[in-house]
Amino acid sequence: MTDTATPPASTADADIAAAKRRERYMSLAAPLGAFLFSVVASAIVLVISGSNPFEALSDMMGHASKLETQVSMLNRATPLYISGVAAAIGFKMNLFNIGVEGQYRMAAIFAAYVGGAVALPAPLHIALILLVAMTVGAGWAGLAGVMYTHRGVNEVIGTIMLNGIALGIIAWLVRRWQAGGDIAVVGIGTEPIDDSGILPNLTWLPEMIRDLKGARELTGVLILAIIVGIAYHVLLNRTVFGYNLRASGGNPLAARAGGVPPRRMALTAMFMSGGIAGLVGISEIMAKGRYNPNFVGGLGFNGIGIALLGRNHPAGIAVGALLWAFLDASSDILQTSGAAPKEIIDIMRGVILLTVVIGYEVVRRIQVKEEAARAAARLAEASE
Amino acid sequence: MTTAIELTGITKRFPGVIANDDVHLRVEEGEIHAVCGENGAGKSTLMKILYGMQGPDAGTMTVGGKEVSFASPSEAIDAGIGMVHQHFMLAAQLTVLENVILGAEPMLSGNRIDMATARAHLHEVGDAYGLTIDPDDLVESLEVGERQRVEIIKVLYRGAKILILDEPTAVLVPQEVDELFRNMRELKAAGTTILFIDHKLEEVLEIADAITVLRQGRTVATVNPADVTTGDLAELMVGSELPTPQTSLSTVTEEVALDVTELTVLDADDRPAVDAVSLRVHRGEIVGVAGVEGNGQNELVNAIIGTHPIDHGTVTLLGDDITKASVRHRRESGIGYVPQDRHEEGLILAAPLWENAALGHQTGPPFSKGLWFDRDGARQRTEEIRSDFDVRTPDIDVPAYALSGGNQQKLIIGREMSSEPNLLIASHPTRGIDVGAQAAVWDDIRQARAAGMATLLISADLDELIGLSDTIVVMYKGQLVATLDPETITPRELGSYMTGASVATTDNGDES
Repeated sequence: MTDTATPPASTADADIAAAKRRERYMSLAAPLGAFLFSVVASAIVLVISGSNPFEALSDMMGHASKLETQVSMLNRATPLYISGVAAAIGFKMNLFNIGVEGQYRMAAIFAAYVGGAVALPAPLHIALILLVAMTVGAGWAGLAGVMYTHRGVNEVIGTIMLNGIALGIIAWLVRRWQAGGDIAVVGIGTEPIDDSGILPNLTWLPEMIRDLKGARELTGVLILAIIVGIAYHVLLNRTVFGYNLRASGGNPLAARAGGVPPRRMALTAMFMSGGIAGLVGISEIMAKGRYNPNFVGGLGFNGIGIALLGRNHPAGIAVGALLWAFLDASSDILQTSGAAPKEIIDIMRGVILLTVVIGYEVVRRIQVKEEAARAAARLAEASE
Repeated sequence: MTTAIELTGITKRFPGVIANDDVHLRVEEGEIHAVCGENGAGKSTLMKILYGMQGPDAGTMTVGGKEVSFASPSEAIDAGIGMVHQHFMLAAQLTVLENVILGAEPMLSGNRIDMATARAHLHEVGDAYGLTIDPDDLVESLEVGERQRVEIIKVLYRGAKILILDEPTAVLVPQEVDELFRNMRELKAAGTTILFIDHKLEEVLEIADAITVLRQGRTVATVNPADVTTGDLAELMVGSELPTPQTSLSTVTEEVALDVTELTVLDADDRPAVDAVSLRVHRGEIVGVAGVEGNGQNELVNAIIGTHPIDHGTVTLLGDDITKASVRHRRESGIGYVPQDRHEEGLILAAPLWENAALGHQTGPPFSKGLWFDRDGARQRTEEIRSDFDVRTPDIDVPAYALSGGNQQKLIIGREMSSEPNLLIASHPTRGIDVGAQAAVWDDIRQARAAGMATLLISADLDELIGLSDTIVVMYKGQLVATLDPETITPRELGSYMTGASVATTDNGDES
């Protein structure tokens, strides 16, 4: 780096290099600090409410160290991760897709219905289910996208309204698509999907360590989540499309002058975000083999928090999803052990998100201030 | 008469630019004092300093004979200074009265607003200054001129004795300007001191008692309007010492690169911002567009780049009709673009330099291979730009905001030049950068011109326009009002065309 650097800039070089190092530490400090802060805050809440925080914490840690818990954490983290990526795609384009919730539920019921209605060889059957899920998710998000780009409807309003509409449609579809046979025997839900449509599980992976107690399985959708993460990373950082998306999100006016049409980018980002959102429900479909009213909810909203926590970075989102899964698992154990009310976990989640948002903002402001100071110092140097 | 405001030696620096350099301004009590200057001359900065929005790096201010230094606008308000911004700051859904008292509400006990007192006070203020407006009208129902009056009343309501008006006529139609001037005279009769910023010279001569002219951050002169003409003022604004034009060999060829015919572009209110403009730029030619800012230059540039819809007319690049083409197509056809505001349209400030170096050129080599973004190619090109265009930076991974303004500009120039464009559209390419960087940018443009590049140069810097251009056209109110030869032009002529003081028929030129 020394060959082209000009002598007068060399002190500033060292400055900037040091600042970059500091920047890296600081951006890690924010989420880490937020987590520690939330532990402390939760401990205080526990003390006030008359529980022993150390007992609660040791229960949580003890539980998390079991292989079975770790498997179920991975199972929980899988859809959360996909949901986080879906939200992150929107964020990269400065779009707030709050409708992942409605998109994955719509996608799930359609995918389960189509999957239950056809008989195909295994790879095709699975591919069809995934394709239907992505298409429906993309279409549902695309509606909000079109309203945004062509009618100026704010995407937050558009997606949140579509969430409500999705729930209504699903309630109606569940009855229409009720599986045949005696409802007392088959239960409420769509036609079960043949085995050819179910992704094989990965239970052999943890069982290489030891056999799992109970009938626990590791979801095969984990592979899908990993593929989604890699695809997200590659698309964003290695393709012209990803460059355009980031440019458009970073400075829409500059991107437009650089030939990136802002409307089309917004629409595409919305479609993609919805397409990925469509995959959020897949692990549930694969676990249950159908869509039924007990289908797990809230994954979409949690995904937004996780994307925020992970700063839209594929690895960061993974950490966030695992943390959320850990908190979920902890919530279960606290309920059984009685060491603390399980609501403490919701408090922790809230505190983490709030402090992380504040932390990132504080870090950003410090960095901008430092840059300004450095620029002024250089100017003064230059004018001497 | 006593002195209302006196500014002595005010200096204000920003990274990469000196906005005010030893400015002196003296405003007598009860006078209407105009501050004139081109955009970028430092008028707005000076007013912000006076109003406490920014602190000066050096210099002193006295108000009513007492030395002051304002840490915030509220301190300026306490000292009796009020400012009406060019962009109004009113809540449209509130009434006139509610807007006026907002933030300065007379209170009753129990946290209630004393509307009766507020109303009475508003009437007092209105009567004293002859400003009439129904206090119960919703602001959203008011015309622009009326909204401006609300802003003025708002300031007077807070007890301002010194009024700063930032380009008050910019948003008004002529009848509203007359009304404003009538109000200003009444305010003056009631003892208010008015300081106003303007660059429309006839208006200034009509209303002002004294005129201070700023140029490139310095006070050039304070004159009595009775002693000067618009021509004199124009000359003061743009400077009388123009450099001898570069006696470089003309490289203008016969081949037309950019052909704009009868181009009409509408603004947000469907009025023509560019009005039937025709111009041609040949390969190897630099056509400079002179004009006071806001006369349609931006819209012209945006229409050629493709970011502003064209209402009428055609744009042709090297024989290819691009009137309806996408920005992408235009950029790929070889239009290089240096935007007037590098932060707004030129850079992604938070992204590293090597990503910024690809912006606008990301669909071709060396930045991409097919659908794949080529990181190595981009980094290598960025290193080339860094050394060829002397971008001072420790490495190419720093975010763009870490660079000084001059280096950011060199990065943009380097990015556009290294793609070897057929046509370069350069809007104020050296605005706000230091002299050394400025010379480098000029050299780069001259070199590319010699290699056959066509350039459309928009600039407020007349040295730059005259020094670089082969032809100068003047834009006034959306039209090209003159085509001039930079070899023979005098600043006085140029200034009077720019300010509309003289409207001549096009004297020569290749557009017919």
